[in-house]
Amino acid sequence: MSSDQLSVTFAALADPTRRAILARVAQGEATVMELAGPFKLKLPTVSKHLKVLRQAGLVTQGRQAQWRPCRLEPAPLKDVADWVENYRENWEERMGQLDDYLQVLKAEEKKHARKK
Amino acid sequence: MPVKSKPVVTLSMPSDREVVITAVLDAPRHLVFEAATTPEHVKRWWGPRRTTLTVCEIDLRPGGAWRYVMRDNETGREDGFSGVYREITPPERLVYTEGWEGLPGHDYLVTATMEEKDGKTTLTSRLQYKSVEDRDGHVNSGMEGGMRETYDRLGEHLAAIA
Repeated sequence: MSSDQLSVTFAALADPTRRAILARVAQGEATVMELAGPFKLKLPTVSKHLKVLRQAGLVTQGRQAQWRPCRLEPAPLKDVADWVENYRENWEERMGQLDDYLQVLKAEEKKHARKK
Repeated sequence: MPVKSKPVVTLSMPSDREVVITAVLDAPRHLVFEAATTPEHVKRWWGPRRTTLTVCEIDLRPGGAWRYVMRDNETGREDGFSGVYREITPPERLVYTEGWEGLPGHDYLVTATMEEKDGKTTLTSRLQYKSVEDRDGHVNSGMEGGMRETYDRLGEHLAAIA
């Protein structure tokens, strides 16, 4: 996965309306009309957001039937999750080093307490 | 050294410009605070395994500066990190700015809080960035670090089984 593709995914996710649309299609296919309803959006606005989501590969639209149902494509989301997980592991290592060192400090503190 | 422990670390992104990391550490919070704010202690754990802090300056007062220089033991590359303390409330809260000197102007605000329960401390670090691009850039650099570490470990493992 190129980081450019990640940037495209992040840009697509950086809008609350688009995230809400994704949350809706995550529950099952929906038509543009169905998507417009809960958000009180005009159809062209929904279409604009859908275009961004489609270009990011997050949503596909069926070709059959005139209402062209929208479907979630989870692969780019998985890439984002993997990317974040890698960063988390990096922190896990840092915190692991801190925790190891804290055990040294704890032992020293106990030793001093005994001397007193 | 004691047995290598791995504290439970969670990460969340509550908004476009924030990252929140929590870690449960097996020590009382006054030690956590001390380990994070005293140069002799910071030198012992800060940065990836293969690095050494060649500079570790801490002026622990509101408005006081801190600066670390991290050297990669293998490549000799040095990276400077610095910032300014905003709030210091031992042993529970520390607020400071942090930035990589290789990319000036993209510093971020760190709010670290320490909560103690049954001798363990939950360290919560809230990183607030100036923009979503800054956040993503930082997470990306963290990922590269993680990848490097992974390759290092793979290398060690391969050497061991060779």
